[in-house]
This record gives sequence, C-alpha cells and structure tokens, in this order.
Amino acid sequence: MKTKFKWSHLYLVIVFILLYLPIMYLITYSFSDGSRMTNFTGFTFKHYAALFADTRMIQIVIDTLLVALLSSLVATIIGTLGAMAINTTSRSVVRNSVLSLNNILMVSPDVIIGASFLIFYTALKIPLGFGSVLMSHIAFSIPIVVLMVLPKLQEMSQSMLDAARDLGSTNGQIISRVIFPFITPGIFSGFFMAFTYSLDDFAVTFFVTGNGFQTLSVEIYARARQGIDLEINALSGVMFIFALLLVVGYYFIQTNNQSRKAKHQALEESEALAHETTH
Amino acid sequence: MKKSTNAAYYIPYGFWLIFFVIAPVVLIIYQSFFDINGHFTLSNYQTYFSSGTYILMTVNSVWYAFVITFFTLLVSYPTAYFLHYTKHKQLWLLLIILPTWINLLLKAYAFIGIFSQDGGINSFLGLFGIPAQQILFTDFSFIFVAAYIEIPFMILPIFNSVEELNEGLVNASRDLGASSWQTFRQVIVPMTMSGVKAGVQAVFIPSLSLFMITRLIGGNRVITLGTAIEEHFLTTMNWGMGSTIGVVLIVAMFIIMFLTGERNHHRKEARHEN
Repeated sequence: MKTKFKWSHLYLVIVFILLYLPIMYLITYSFSDGSRMTNFTGFTFKHYAALFADTRMIQIVIDTLLVALLSSLVATIIGTLGAMAINTTSRSVVRNSVLSLNNILMVSPDVIIGASFLIFYTALKIPLGFGSVLMSHIAFSIPIVVLMVLPKLQEMSQSMLDAARDLGSTNGQIISRVIFPFITPGIFSGFFMAFTYSLDDFAVTFFVTGNGFQTLSVEIYARARQGIDLEINALSGVMFIFALLLVVGYYFIQTNNQSRKAKHQALEESEALAHETTH
Repeated sequence: MKKSTNAAYYIPYGFWLIFFVIAPVVLIIYQSFFDINGHFTLSNYQTYFSSGTYILMTVNSVWYAFVITFFTLLVSYPTAYFLHYTKHKQLWLLLIILPTWINLLLKAYAFIGIFSQDGGINSFLGLFGIPAQQILFTDFSFIFVAAYIEIPFMILPIFNSVEELNEGLVNASRDLGASSWQTFRQVIVPMTMSGVKAGVQAVFIPSLSLFMITRLIGGNRVITLGTAIEEHFLTTMNWGMGSTIGVVLIVAMFIIMFLTGERNHHRKEARHEN
C-alpha cells in the first residue's frame, strides 16, 4: 500500500515536470546571451532591454490591453442586461431557446467564429481593424458574462424584491439598491473572465483583423513563424508573471465570494436557530 | 410594467443574439453555396464529396483528433485520479490550471526551440551520442504539442467527477470481495464516465480546428479541418469552399456533442470552476 502511494506521487511529479518544462525552458533562454534557444552561453538582461525599447511591441501591448478592457466592460454590461432579461422571462420554451442560443458561441470552434464574423463584417462593409476586433471580442465574451451573472440572479429570493416593492421602492431603486449589490460578485467574475478570454484569443482575432491592427497573440504568431527570436522569450517571461498575478487576483475574488457566501449561510442558519428557539 | 422593463433588457442582448450569433451561422451556411466568382452553386459540396482530397483530409483530421484525445486521456485520467488522493489537492489543482493561463502561442513557440535540430531534445540525445533527429514538422511533434496543450482541459472535468465519486461505493465494492482492478473497472470508471465525456468533448473539437499548431509545429505536413478553413479564407480567398468545410466542422461538432452528452460547457470555463 505504502509503495503504491509513492508510485502515484512519482507519476504526478512527472506530469508536473512535463507541464512546466516547456514554460521554464522558454523563460530560461530569455536570459541567454545567445540568439537561439540552444547552448546557454551567459546570463543577460539584453532581451528584456530590447523588449522594453521596442516601441512597436509596446504599442501592441497597449492595444491588446485596450481591446481587452473595453470589450470586457461592454460585454459585462450587455451580458448583465441579458442575464436579467433571461431571468425575468417566465416562459420556459423562450428561456431555454435563448439559453441555447447564448451557448452557441461558447461551444463553437474559434475558426468557425472567426470565419463567420469575417463574412459578416465583409457583408456589412465594416472595415477590418480595431473596430472589428473589438466587436468580435465583445461578442464572444457576452455569453460567459451571462452564465456568471444568471446563477446569482436565480439565487436571489423573490420575497426580497416583493419586500422592497411593498416598502415603496421604485423599479430603479430596486435595481440599484437590491438587485445590483446582490449580483455584484457574479458581475465581477464575468468581467474577469471576459478580460482573460480577450487576452487569450488568437484565432478569432487572426481572422477579423486587417493589416493595420495587431494584438499580442497575432504578433507572437507572426514572429514565431519566422523562427526563434529571444525577444519573444523575454515577452513570455513578462507574460508569465502577469498570468501569475491574474491567477492570484482571481483566486482572491473567488475566496472573497466564498467567504461572503459562507457568512451568508451562517447568518441564515443562526436565524433559523433563533426562529426555532422562540417557538 | 414588468413586461416593458423585460423588453428593455432584451434590446442590447437581443441585438447581440441576432447579429452576432444567428446572423454569422446563417451567413457561413449561405456562403457555402457560392463559388469563388460569387455564383450560387452546389459545386462546393460536390467538390467536397467527390474529390478524394477533401474526404481524405477530413478523415485524417478526425484521426489526428482521435489520437490526440486518446493520449491526452491516457495521461490525464491517472493524474486526475491520483490528484484526488493528495494532501494539498487545491494547490496541486491550481498548478494544473496555471499553464492554461499562459498564451497558447507561447507554449507552441517553446516547442519550436525544444524540438529544433539543435534544440533541447537533440542536445540531450547528443549526450548519448545519438545524432540529431528531425522532430519538428513531424506528425509526432504535432500530436505531442497538441496533447500537451489539451491535458489540463482533460484533467479538470475528470478530477471533478472523481471528487463527486461516492467513496462508500468504492469501499462497499472492496468489502464485497472485488479486487482493486474489478473495483476500478466496474465501479470507478463507470462513475467517472461523465467527466471523461466532458473532457473528450473539450479536447476533441479544438483538436479538429487548431490551425496555429499545425502551422507552427506540424509544418505544412499536417492539415486539419481548421487549417483548411484558414487556408481557404485567408490565403486562397475561396470563402465558399472554406465555408463548406466550416459546415462540415459544425456537423462534426454536433456529432461529438451528441456522442458525449450535452454537457455543453466551454472548456475555458472549466478552469474557473475550481
């Protein structure tokens, strides 16, 4: 039994080494004095210096972040409204068909989304570039926001809304004072996921971007096709740190949500207990 | 009152549904009936089914996706299973998820370095006096890199299904005299099947369409449905034929979803659920 346990650990360790080796390999050579990913000749920061001096690359990073930020912001607004629309739809046929339509973009392969959006923009004579990329990112981020916000809306009890209405709140007040604070965690998760979707995307952007506009993924692809360039390794070092920060940030949001939920549950339980004792 | 606010919520969202969900799907089907000169025709479908090249390409693409999914599953199932029994499993899980946050193209790029003539693998082999091998631009490299990228997306759903497994049933099976192998085959595997199906779905469909990996790692030797679509749309500009292959890919997607049950969650969602 004991030895079997160790075998399973060995297996896990091998899988983890396999998972991380390529990433570490990439980052290690970002400090190499050579110009290829072979024969580590000496330690240097010159590729990082070259990266930070590369104005074209910096412009691309800014553009990528701008698209990610704007698209996730707009997608969060439209997605939240969509979730509220679905939540107030009482006919289950309509509701289920809207939900299925919602999920189409989530299961479609990226190539199909990219190709069909390209046909769409061309048919409407929308020029390819920043605008088309931004619209596409908004479009493929909306369904995930809906899926993040909808469960929060469903958790909300009808009696709370009735109480607010009985106490004389207007519709606007109910939305801003009751519904909105309650679903905020879902909105934040949705925004965050939309942001990472946008940063991650390559295939859709590749299809709908023209010659003038580049995002980071498209640029990496273009450079990687030309062969090894240790500036990309330096870039991957920077992006690895950024990914780490994002993961930590996301888990912070998650645990915060969970502790809030736990607090909520504890509160409900104590209320139930108080209720029992008074009887 | 309630009706009208409902309608107001639907305005931006409905606009999105019509213009960015329904319209593109309709357009790609519509486009598949036009030839390169813009004439309405069924010739794209005719070409697809009659010329052996397209059928062969589709069969090849499905075969590659199958091999990738198979190896991914082979590595992922034990990983997910063993992970369940580790002490700090949330931390381990976080470590599995972290690589999925690294840009896919950077991971592919890493392998250009590792697999190249004077790269990591060949210098390692060189230590044993083995001459440099051509690894990059082979079927092996394509399958290896695709499987590498997909592994976390297979581990997560299987891990979740192992977590949901009722430990009591496993113990009951052992108490009733089943061997470890019997317990595994007849209790654990059937009860984690939903995770395996979700994982297969999350890996198989992208494997049909990962065109960037075929370009960067497979050279131009490996052509998948995704590569063919990209080629027709962005290089030869034959959108009609590209759309036809797109329709084939959509059909393939539905077949896979039908075979693996309709747990239609996007794979990227999986990494946020834990």
